Amino acid sequence: MNWDGLAGFLEMGGYALYVWGSFGVTTVLITMEILFLHNRRRAAIAHRGGDRR
Amino acid sequence: MSQPTLVVGNVNWFRFASPQAFYPLAGAMIPWFAWLAAISCAAGLYVGFFVAPTDHQQGESYRIIFIHVPAAWMSMFIYLVMAFWSGIGLVFNTRLSYMMASALAPTGAIFTFIALWTGSLWGKPTWGAWWVWDARLTSELILLFLYFGYLALGAATDEPRRSDRSCAVLALVGVVNIPIIYYSVKWWNTLHQGASVSLTSAPTMAATMFAGMALMAVAAWTYAIAVSLHRVRSIILERERGADWVAQLEGRP
Repeated sequence: MNWDGLAGFLEMGGYALYVWGSFGVTTVLITMEILFLHNRRRAAIAHRGGDRR
Repeated sequence: MSQPTLVVGNVNWFRFASPQAFYPLAGAMIPWFAWLAAISCAAGLYVGFFVAPTDHQQGESYRIIFIHVPAAWMSMFIYLVMAFWSGIGLVFNTRLSYMMASALAPTGAIFTFIALWTGSLWGKPTWGAWWVWDARLTSELILLFLYFGYLALGAATDEPRRSDRSCAVLALVGVVNIPIIYYSVKWWNTLHQGASVSLTSAPTMAATMFAGMALMAVAAWTYAIAVSLHRVRSIILERERGADWVAQLEGRP
């Protein structure tokens, strides 16, 4: 085990800004891409009607 | 013009070049790739944070590698696949090829941005600078602009079929940038380090670090496949709006 409790994990050995800045922004971008994809599909289906999934 | 055929094992593979045949096939493949992506991402994050040890030189900052390297690989690979489909589209004039190429571009741009962003956050603690005009960084930035150019060109007209060919040409011209990115660390004296992983030699990193990175690379691959198949299905619906088969999808779950 690498971490001394949750606080140690979040601290990332003093590199919290860099490590969480990387993983955080990546998570946000991936989430946004998935949301945009679902909106695009919903719009494409609404435009022609039917096939909801 | 007669339909091209490619018959292997009693299956005419060109059948899947039609958007109508590919639409349900892509739909069936998405959950598999999405689940593979979710599982390998969870496993990769676990190995990356809880199994892989602290680096004796870089401390914990090296853990950015678990995103940075897979994202950088995908940024280049997606471009190659995009250029491949563009080339197929120009040669065979298959609509689906252009749709595949344009479905890949947003995901490629996102991975390129992630590679640059995480690289910057890794560069600051290791090199002392958020950004340097190093050959690797500069050529990766050019890749981001190529994706933006491709997307802007595709969005510039309401009639996508007219912009298909110009987008394809742009994608093919820009492909020269890929070997420049890949070999930049060999051709020039860059601040960016050389490859730690190559096809010709053992990785120069701890086995558990490599395992975490490999799992995250699988996650990035399968995610990119799932997402672009999902996007190409929307593109098919948007472009084939008037077709009978699209109208007949109505009421199907």
